[in-house]
Parts: sequence; C-alpha cells; structure tokens
Amino acid sequence: MARRSAGRLIDARRAQAELFFRRIGITFAVYGDNEANERLIPFCVIPRVLTKPEWGLIERGLTQRVAALNAFLKDVYGEQACIKAGVIPADLIHRNPQYRSEMIGQRAPHDVYVHIAGIDVVRVDAETFYVLEDNVRTPSGVSYMLENREVMMRLFPELFSQHRIAPVETYPEALLATLRSVAPADQDPTVVLMTPGRYNSAYYEHSFLADKLGIELVEASDLFVKDEVVYMRTTQGPQRVDVIYRRIDDDFLDPLVFRPDSALGVPGLFGAYRAGNVTLANAVGTGIADDKAVYTYMPEIIRFFTGEEPILKNVPTWRCREKEGLAYALDHLPELVVKEVGGSGGYGMLVGPHATRREIEAFARKIAQAPENFIAQPTLALSTCPTFVAAGVAPRHVDLRPFVLTGARGSCIVPGGLTRVALKEGSLVVNSSQGGGTKDTWVLDG
Amino acid sequence: MLSRTADNLYWLSRYMERADFGARILGATMRLAALPSNYVGEHNEWESAVAAAGDVKEFHRLYDAANEETVRDFLAFSLHNPSSIRSCLERARDNARSVRTALTVEMWEVINGAWLELKRFKGSEMSREEFGRFIEWTKGVSLTCDGSAYRTMLRNDAFWFTRLGTAIERADNTARILDVKYHVLLPPSESVGGSLDYFQWTAILREVSALTAYHWVYRQGIKPWLVADLLILNRQMPRSLANCYELLVRHLDLIADAYGRRGESQDLASAMKARLSATTMDAVFAQGLHEFIEDFIDENDRLGTAITQQYLL
Repeated sequence: MARRSAGRLIDARRAQAELFFRRIGITFAVYGDNEANERLIPFCVIPRVLTKPEWGLIERGLTQRVAALNAFLKDVYGEQACIKAGVIPADLIHRNPQYRSEMIGQRAPHDVYVHIAGIDVVRVDAETFYVLEDNVRTPSGVSYMLENREVMMRLFPELFSQHRIAPVETYPEALLATLRSVAPADQDPTVVLMTPGRYNSAYYEHSFLADKLGIELVEASDLFVKDEVVYMRTTQGPQRVDVIYRRIDDDFLDPLVFRPDSALGVPGLFGAYRAGNVTLANAVGTGIADDKAVYTYMPEIIRFFTGEEPILKNVPTWRCREKEGLAYALDHLPELVVKEVGGSGGYGMLVGPHATRREIEAFARKIAQAPENFIAQPTLALSTCPTFVAAGVAPRHVDLRPFVLTGARGSCIVPGGLTRVALKEGSLVVNSSQGGGTKDTWVLDG
Repeated sequence: MLSRTADNLYWLSRYMERADFGARILGATMRLAALPSNYVGEHNEWESAVAAAGDVKEFHRLYDAANEETVRDFLAFSLHNPSSIRSCLERARDNARSVRTALTVEMWEVINGAWLELKRFKGSEMSREEFGRFIEWTKGVSLTCDGSAYRTMLRNDAFWFTRLGTAIERADNTARILDVKYHVLLPPSESVGGSLDYFQWTAILREVSALTAYHWVYRQGIKPWLVADLLILNRQMPRSLANCYELLVRHLDLIADAYGRRGESQDLASAMKARLSATTMDAVFAQGLHEFIEDFIDENDRLGTAITQQYLL
C-alpha cells in the first residue's frame, strides 16, 4: 500500500515536471525533424548525486585542464612552443580545419580564449573519472542545469531541507562577472549575447541566459560595425557593444573574413575584435583545442603547460593516424568505439559492441580510406544511475558536463553541471539529439 | 532597448488585441444572425463581420459566400487570413518567442499556454456551443495577457511599447466597426429610430463590450448619435478613439522623456488627441461621419508608420 502510494506520488511529480517544462518553454529543436520542431528533452526526477570529495577531484581536474587549454590556444596562435618541443605534430595543427589562420599573432584579452567550457566527464569506477570530450567553442546545456534544479526544488522541497545540496543558482552572476572582466575598457561595459536566432536548436538557452544575466539577446541584424567599433541598433539609436558572448560558430561571425555566404554574421566584426574594441567569448579559433584528434594529446598538453600530472585522465585512445593505432583499431573494431575527429552530437561514430558485422565492415573501409580522420577508444564501463523508464526504475548510463568559467581573475565552477542519461537500455549515447535525457546533479556539501 | 525587441513587443500586443477584436465581432455577429429577419432586416451580417475584422477581397478569393460557416472559419481559424484569431495567437507567440528576455514569465506563460491550448480547438467541426466557448476563451487569453503585462512588467520602455501596440490596434478596431456600421449611426435630425436598427446599435456596443457602459454613461435608451459619441469622443470609454489617443500620447511622451527626444510620432499623436477633444458629435456629423472615420483610419496608419520609423527599425 505504502509502495503504491509512493509510486503514485512519483508519477504525479513526473507529470508536474513535464507540465512545468512545457509551459515554461524549454524545448530542443532537433535538426531534420520537422514534426517535433519543439520537443522536450526527457527529464528524470531521480538526481545524480556526487559527494564533496568526488566533486573536489573533478573541480581541481577541470581547473587544471582549462588552464592548459587556454595556454595551448595562446601558444598555437603565438610562439608554437608545443610544436617545437614535439608535444604535438605540426601538421595536426596546421592542416586542421579548426585552426584559424586569422587568429595567428592575435592575443586574446587577458590571454583568455575559452571563457566558457563544458567538459564532459564520465566515471568508470569508484575513483576514476575520465574526460570524454572538451567542448570549448559554444558549449550548451547550462540552462538545463539551472532549470532542472528549479524543477526539483519545486517538486521535492523537503529533500532540499533534509540534505545539504550545493546551490547552482549563482551561475548567471558568475558568468556575467566573467564576461565583464574581459571587456576592453574598465568602466561599465555593455555585454550582449549573440544568437543565430529562434530557429537555432539552443535558442531557448540563449534567451534564458540573456534574461538571467540581464543583457540584450542580439541577432546579427541588430549589430553593425563602424570605424572598427561594434554597435547595436536600439530605440535610442546606436549603442556601443564591448563584450559579445556569442553562441554562433566562427564560420558565421563575419562574412568579410569567414564564410562569405553567411547571413547570420556581422560584416567587420572580426576587424573590431582585432582592433581590440570588442571581446568575443569564446575567442575565435578555439575549435582547435577540442578537436578529437588534438584531444588525444591532452595529457601531454597538460604536462607541458602546467608542469603537473593530469588530475583527470583521458579515455585511452588509439590514433588511427599512427600506424600502430590504426592496426590495433582495425583488429579490434567489435570491441571499440570509433569516432570521426570532426564529428559531434554522437553522429559519425561506430559503437563496436552494438554494431552488426556489416556495419563494422563498412566502417573499416571508411577508416582505411582516411585513417587520420578517426580515433578509437575502448567501450567504457560507464557508471549508471537509477532512472525512470517505461518499466519502472532501471540503471542507465550517465555522463556529466560541468561548466568552467574563466575570466581575467581565473576560473570558477559552480558545483554541479548537466547530467545526461542514455535512456535506451545499454546505450552509451547520451546526446539529446539522439534521445538522451537529463537529470539534476547534486553535489553534497559535507 | 533593441529596436527589434521593441518591434516584437509592439506587434505582440497588436496581435493579442486583434485576436480579442475578432472574437468580439464573431460573438456579436452570431447573436445578430440568430434574430428573425423582421427584426434586423435582410442584409448579410456575416458579410459586414468580414468587412470589420478582415480583408473582404481575400475572403472572396477563398470562399464562395459569406455565411456562418465560412466567416467563422475565416475570422477564427484560417491561416490564410493574417488577422484570424489563430493567426494572431500564433504570430503573437512567434513574436514573444523572439523576445523572451523582454517578457515576464507570467506573460510568456499566458502566450505560450494559449498557443498550446489553441491546438485543442478543432475548428470547422465545432458546434455553436463549442464555438461560443472558443470565443470566450480567446477573450480570456487577451485579457489575461493584458493583465499580466500590466501587473508584472517593469514600467520602462518595454512596457510602454506594449501599451502603444494595444492602443493603436484598439483605435484601428473601433474605427473599423464604425466604418462598416456608420450608416446606422445617424445624427438626431435624420434618425428614424426604427426597431430595425436597434439591434445593430446594441451589436456595435457589444462588439466593443460597451453595452453596460452605455447605460451607465447616458442613462437613457439607445440613440445612434450617442453610440457614436461613446465610441468616438467619450474619454471614459476604454475603446473610444479619444481614450486610445490619450493612451498613445501618454506613452509616447513617457518614451520621449526617457530618451530625451521627441519626434514625428509624438507630434501626430498629440495633434489627433487635440482634434478629438476639440470637436463635438454635431461637428463630426456635419463633416460627415463616414469621411471623419476614413480620415481617422488614415491618420492612425500614419502614426503607426511614424512609430516604426522612429523606434522600431
């Protein structure tokens, strides 16, 4: 009897959560899916819990990693000491489409290139966390971290009074302080958030953040550049813009410098950036640091730039660009996960244990044609978390994306992040574009 | 604030107001059409509903005849009609979505909630009773949206632009009803006061939700020239042209003060407000009610253009 009513309570809470998300308009547009143009990402009411020591480890590891990423970016667009020292092969940088020659010799204000990083972390055993992926271009998902918490506090207020759960609600304030700290001039800078527009899949997050930060949400048509200064069109005439938190890819920033056919960009924007009149967050060209091929060198990069051992490990990776790596990968495809170095969102990858023999053979041919485009990793025994599914509660694989903010005065990380969960049994793909869900993440404060 | 944001807020309010107007026209017309023809004459009420709330040309391109079924579809549900209730609610939500940051959560919930609920109404197969509920629902949405803006928005330019949108749309709507029905609104000298027109007059009052107001203001039976007075010159009446221009002048002045600069829209609005307060119904009838209304609609459009030029581009 008690069990039944507890079950009913949870059902009622789940229905409330769904209604809440729907009304407040959190939706996620999936490209190529017209029917479900505005779809909800499934939310699971069972939180993912981390202890204080576990979080402390993650926090130290992420801070170290992001410091290395920023130093690496400064170096590859500057002296290139890491190439000269043989830490990373020159062609991997120079022939990489993510390397922006426009940024060569261009120092970012305060040497911060990655102001906002979303680092995907997975857990494989009690003590070991691996970094699965660095996202240092325009990482998204932070609105889910904040909204998931908001929903949980509404649905289970008593749990929050019984446990000491570290708050995440300071994120917007920390983000604004970060963005203001890197402005070209000191006094009261104007910060804006630049979105590709409401048809972008993350538009909800853009509007949500602009709202929480109290800054204008601008589209390219709202901005123009005159004499290397960026202005926005307002009801009171042009207003100068100092910092742009841009959620639009490098390619679409400025049609004069990058893709000439981009209707999303602002002509002259990059010129204003080069002149030091506006700060772009993140900087242009950061994609070279989260490239999947460069990722495989992260342990060496961290050692080289920080002089320390990496606190968070990389997933062991075979580089198909190297002879031994390729041979190993081709021999062990049924047990490996193979990723295309340029792919994202879980597309363009082979999950060996779940693939048919025919799929594996086809993929082997793709790899053989252009080995430098692929890396291979073992299928990890990813940690699971109890999750609501159709049949009840069952273990499902999760990952964690904490958000690291870096400004003129160093880095900060709010305790928590976005926990993504693969809702299909046995699946390791947590991406929301492929049916993944989310959970609230609780860091216990003591 | 961004010009684009101001533009979205302004149009969001216009669409919400227009949806409400469409609902009122449909409600009053259904009532009028339900009366036996010896009370209201032979003219087609559905035709004049289209003239007041939509585009007659577009209507005849889409349908053969104006009757309950076609007009209900055109004014309430058709996506071919940019002013149908459904189009208005969808466009309002579209505008709201692109200015999420300028709206309060309460406003967003009303607009988004209405948009979600709109899908539940199945359109042409609805019974009269169901359709009646749809009309009431629409009025409720517009009212709640207006109320939530009023209760929750900061009193800054964002709020003032929503007020401008509501007031200018409302002025246009009232003028459109007058434009369609001016022939029943005769001056005392010409009025024959037949029972045929009584139902037209009350219908007009219902369309602007002023039937009760009329009795309170004039305390006498319904006279066509007083109906005209209530809708045009009476400043107590929220939907009168005079009141709409008071609102427009007030909010344009607030914007001008905040920005430290006046422009064409302030000039046009004050000129019209002065004109409306200086004139009398006798003078309006002497000029010709129809000419007066047509002239007003043109001037109101000019003000809309001036607001766009000055702030929204």
